[in-house]
Amino acid sequence: MSDITITERQAGDVTILDLDGKVTIGEGSVALRTAIRRLLGEGKNKILLNLAGVGYIDSSGIGELVSSFTAVKKEGGTLKLLKLTQKIQDLLAITKLLTVFDVFDEESEALSSYN
Amino acid sequence: MIREIQLPSRIESVDQAAIEADEFAKSCGFGDDFVSAIDLAIRESVANAVKHGNKFDESKSVDVTFTDSDEGFEVTVRDHGAGFDVDEIPDPTNPENLLKANGRGILFMNSFMDEVSWSNHSGGGMVVKMIKKR
Repeated sequence: MSDITITERQAGDVTILDLDGKVTIGEGSVALRTAIRRLLGEGKNKILLNLAGVGYIDSSGIGELVSSFTAVKKEGGTLKLLKLTQKIQDLLAITKLLTVFDVFDEESEALSSYN
Repeated sequence: MIREIQLPSRIESVDQAAIEADEFAKSCGFGDDFVSAIDLAIRESVANAVKHGNKFDESKSVDVTFTDSDEGFEVTVRDHGAGFDVDEIPDPTNPENLLKANGRGILFMNSFMDEVSWSNHSGGGMVVKMIKKR
């Protein structure tokens, strides 16, 4: 069984990925990379990652968030983060990545920010 | 009390080490918050040994030791790789490194444990020793 389930939703021209599970070294990180690459291949470059269901993330997972952010930016798009757990927020603070990502608690607020 | 385990150099060993650490620490009376605090450091150290130390060579083991001491919970992780100079690892929090995909594992180990030290093993490979105080 995979470490993570990624469900795709569309809200206007923003694609929301709901992540449920672990984003860790191995399958979790690869699944996220694959999903992002697929969306970019389909020309979808406004991406919102909903991390509410991510119970665990490690340095590989954090690295994958960064890689996703740079890959989307390279394609002229924007990747933002929604509903960080306290643990993920702590890890992004330790790594100073809260200064890099746009982070939102409310989906509606996140979606408006793309306009 | 001491527990020693040898793990193969594959990704699954990261989970295995964390499970063993959880069981050992709880059997020694450490609480959930303590176990949760050491979990990520143990995962990162084993992942580092598998990936960067042994470079996924399954003929090389990752040797892990958990020790319950008066000071607290001690874990050592040894790989059988070529070794590296930990001081040469770039600081991932420097602005020029923020968008790099790798290099945050050691930061997490240092963040969640009270003491982290690295040494070359006389028989080859690197050893990282980490202590979480009671």
